[in-house]
Amino acid sequence: MFQFSLGLAARSRYLWRVTAKPRPTDDSAEIRLPEPFVRWFAAKGWAPRAHQMELLARAQAGQSVLLIAPTGAGKTLAGFLPTLTELAERPKRRPGEGHRGIHTLYISPLKALAVDIERNLGKPVEEIGLPVTIETRTGDTPAHKRQRQKLVPPDILLTTPEQLALLIAASDARRFFEDLRYVIFDELHSLVTSKRGHLLALGLARLRSFVPDLRAIGLSATVAEPDELRRWLVGQSSSNVTPTPDPSPQGGGKSCGGVSGKNFQAVLLAEEAETSPSSLRGGVRGGGSAQPIQPMAGLITVAGGAKPEISILDSRERVPWAGHSARYAIPEIYEAIRQHKTTLLFVNTRSQAELLFQELWRANEDALPIALHHGSLDVGQRRRVEKAMADNALRAIVATSTLDLGIDWGDVDLVVHVGAPKGASRLAQRIGRANHRMDEPSKAVLIPANRFEVLECRAALDANYIGAQDTPPLLEGALDVLAQHILGTACAAPFDADFLYEEVTSAAPYAGLDRPTFDRVVDFVATGGYALKSYERYARIRKTKEGLWRVTHPRIAQQYRLNIGTIVEMPELNVRYVRQGKVTGYGGRVLGKVEEYFAETLRPGDNFLFAGKVLRFEGIRENECVVSSGGGKTQIIVPSYAGGKFPLSTYLADQVRAMLADPDRWHTLPEQVEDWLRLQKEKSVLPKRGDLLVETFPRADRHYMVAYPFEGRLAHQTLGMLLTRRLERANARPLGFVATDYSLAVWGLDDMGALFAAGKPTLGALFDEDMLGDDLEAWLNDSWMLKRMFRTCAVIAGLIEKRFPGQEKTGRQVTVSADLIYDVLRSHEPDHILMQATRADAAAGLLDVSRLADMLSRIRGRIVHKRLDRISPLAVPVMLEIGKESVNGEANETLLMEAADLVEEAMGAGLAGGSE
Amino acid sequence: MNLAIRTTATLPADLVTVAGERAVCDPRGVLYFPELALLAVSDLHLEKGSSLARRGALIPPYDTAATLARLQAVIVDYAPRIVISLGDSFHDGEGASRLHDEFRERLETLISGRDWFWIAGNHDPDAPADLPGETVRELAIASLVFRHEPSKGQAAGEVAGHLHPCARIVQRGRSVRRRCFAGDGARMIMPAFGAYTGSLNVLDRAYSGLFNRESLVAYMMGKDRIFALPGAMLRAG
Repeated sequence: MFQFSLGLAARSRYLWRVTAKPRPTDDSAEIRLPEPFVRWFAAKGWAPRAHQMELLARAQAGQSVLLIAPTGAGKTLAGFLPTLTELAERPKRRPGEGHRGIHTLYISPLKALAVDIERNLGKPVEEIGLPVTIETRTGDTPAHKRQRQKLVPPDILLTTPEQLALLIAASDARRFFEDLRYVIFDELHSLVTSKRGHLLALGLARLRSFVPDLRAIGLSATVAEPDELRRWLVGQSSSNVTPTPDPSPQGGGKSCGGVSGKNFQAVLLAEEAETSPSSLRGGVRGGGSAQPIQPMAGLITVAGGAKPEISILDSRERVPWAGHSARYAIPEIYEAIRQHKTTLLFVNTRSQAELLFQELWRANEDALPIALHHGSLDVGQRRRVEKAMADNALRAIVATSTLDLGIDWGDVDLVVHVGAPKGASRLAQRIGRANHRMDEPSKAVLIPANRFEVLECRAALDANYIGAQDTPPLLEGALDVLAQHILGTACAAPFDADFLYEEVTSAAPYAGLDRPTFDRVVDFVATGGYALKSYERYARIRKTKEGLWRVTHPRIAQQYRLNIGTIVEMPELNVRYVRQGKVTGYGGRVLGKVEEYFAETLRPGDNFLFAGKVLRFEGIRENECVVSSGGGKTQIIVPSYAGGKFPLSTYLADQVRAMLADPDRWHTLPEQVEDWLRLQKEKSVLPKRGDLLVETFPRADRHYMVAYPFEGRLAHQTLGMLLTRRLERANARPLGFVATDYSLAVWGLDDMGALFAAGKPTLGALFDEDMLGDDLEAWLNDSWMLKRMFRTCAVIAGLIEKRFPGQEKTGRQVTVSADLIYDVLRSHEPDHILMQATRADAAAGLLDVSRLADMLSRIRGRIVHKRLDRISPLAVPVMLEIGKESVNGEANETLLMEAADLVEEAMGAGLAGGSE
Repeated sequence: MNLAIRTTATLPADLVTVAGERAVCDPRGVLYFPELALLAVSDLHLEKGSSLARRGALIPPYDTAATLARLQAVIVDYAPRIVISLGDSFHDGEGASRLHDEFRERLETLISGRDWFWIAGNHDPDAPADLPGETVRELAIASLVFRHEPSKGQAAGEVAGHLHPCARIVQRGRSVRRRCFAGDGARMIMPAFGAYTGSLNVLDRAYSGLFNRESLVAYMMGKDRIFALPGAMLRAG
């Protein structure tokens, strides 16, 4: 028999590709492919891989399965094989028999991916001669096609999480899904980490209650905790747990390594608490077990293909102390591009992408085709770049994240990661996805932008070598998402709260949800859930005499459908390109989008960098930012974007601390970095792996305290806020702070070193965990961050409506802004369920409180204070950041005062006719 | 010569003139004429929460409480003889009848013992149900005329609301937007006072022709003071 692969990245062009010589396999002998498949394989000279047959066997046995495999391992075919074989053997529809419902639902995070699968699954289905219909349903699907899909459903429906939410909120949902057998989740690792994943988990729970023996198949890249994903795929309510032996034909704990060629093995892991969602085994209680059993899907792991060859750029140039531009390395990056066929350059943020692109073109003496790709660019533009890439017409492409990017990556032979990767798994996924020939190693170069990033790159590289994973843990289900789901459930049909609670808690993210909280969310959906019960008569859902919650008005369901989803964008403006000075009138090309708050800081005539161009800001017209061709000015502004900044992972942080503490490992670092650490050792101290180093020193007329927790920028920002509050109380007169991924500097008027030495306060007291109590609460309530998160929660929960493009700014008079609602709610009902959801989001997200808490507990009694008479080598990077960070949101009053004082100073008396 | 006299007795506020009448721009969003013992407040939009709730948006029902609490505070501070609510006092025509008893009583207490005028607004063209005070279309006192919508062109002595002015400046690369009083010495347009009221930039075309652009000043509302900024410093959007 033969092998074939259906590589994720290669799907478009190499759908069925032979990767190795034929080789007999015996492990999968018991699983039979239907005759047409066998014939088709034979005609092509191919054979299925072991994990594909394994997945087929388990699915046929009624099991849900998580398949973890690297790019190029034929994951997608594995996912669809159970469906295709089942459909092949399905009896023909008799004349007069009603249409069958959806057989398999495929859900991907990307619209483009769904469309791509339709195209590429269609061909083999046709060649094999299967009587199978495949269709997509996305936001772009025309209304008449959606209508038809409802009447004559396809066998396989390819769609997105948002569309699933819409489908299950329709009144015919139960009937529409009654024939469903399989649901396939592609890129599950990226789906589950967000609120989108929470909504999807609730959708899956809904599907399971429509079809109790539904089998879920998850396709994922390697993650740190596969068990989390395994639980996510199956129902968590204890009533259908059955601790049966491994139902796979091979039995537990078996490995079929080597079956599919070198570098490639399917490892079948032992599963202790296997669930069996099939009706055969369902309903049997796991008797006598004291520990609550958390059911899990089966697991099939395919070990990675060839290890990538990763190196860190050992630059001829001086690696800078601070900054993120990596400008120093441009000549070397350009040289690498010239030496390879196609280079993919990854950066962490859109601003960095714009800058790097600009710098590369400045160096581009040979005028090589180098393109730019990030999520804010116009879709049409992105598609053109992707097509050029697929056609191998580009030599290099600068891009932000893998998911922004389309499917087909052409013949990429070099991946350059500019800036530190921030996480070992992130690096592995980025490099892995670029390579779609899994038996050939991919080649990657890391370009650290500063000296700490050298350490971080080294740690990431080592982690990649040993296969360490640091994907973030899954979060508990968000309550705003639950509110949306509850309303959606009511839109489909009246629901019983007891049943719905059972169903919701069967979804893994909500397994820990208690009944009172659930009831409060139902109350919120009904009447807003306010202590002041004044909205009873305006209820959106109401309990009927039969005890079912029913939507009160058809309008509620219409509103719901418009506001579905969990992706709440910052307000954005289209960037429209016109001739200079032509602000009025229409026409001109749309280049993409910038965030509104950025556009608001521009003055007509300002130059800024966007879509790889220097643009001249002309003005804001309705919801558009009008620009023309810029240039000639020395100062060019780079837009910043709120999202996209990932903090350093806990794992890498720990590795960096370990590296600092161990001089024996320094030889792997570039010489200039090694010298830097050696100097630090001489002039100050290098902390032990578990210690926290705090340095204090004077500089100019200020006193500084620099701490090195290595816990990521978000946790450090929170820590900085809290420390300055405490130092203020201790009369140390702090003036400000700045945080990086690695360290934190606080400056003030008093010698903090002397204060700590005198125990006023001690460092132990200053860094005490109790700062996460009242101090955090007090600061949080005033924080602009909380307002921003509240807006997101309020939109998702359906309290305020999404803002759609085209709604003019003059609408501001009419709509109620989330900020105003926040202020009112905070002072009148601070414990409202939505405030609770907002605080939980902030703690988990922007503030990274749990990580800060872990750090504070880790360093208790392990703080090393070093008083210095001058700045230390290790402190230089963070000190260079001072003044670069813009004033944060709380300083608005100060800015107003500055402006008003400026006017007073300049104009003196008689500012305006209105004043005396 | 005094650009900004800060009355230390109560809260720091800016003293301005409207058509020769002296007035205090209070950072809490009211205009007080000391010579007339007259307090003007605009666009309370009471019961906006319940008005939106009727259409399915269940935003917190505490806006009336919040707005009244703030109104009560300024009335206690200034103890005015005359209060003028410049229109859109209720978010819709039935707003007054939806008013919770507790709030109705609180409002009655504020009204009693002074001359209270409800100027008719576009949201509330009729007199509020079962509340004391006199409802008028417009009101002339001294050299001033109080009306809801500013009349077209420049109008000396007009104090109006309706437009919910705000202003925006950019300082050190950051944009700051605040509600404001907008005046050019002849006319004053007041900020909206209600807890759920949005705002519209004074440079929007809705204001065109209302002010003498050279002497326009935005009195931007800070946390506890007013920031007076000339029209030339303001940004659109």
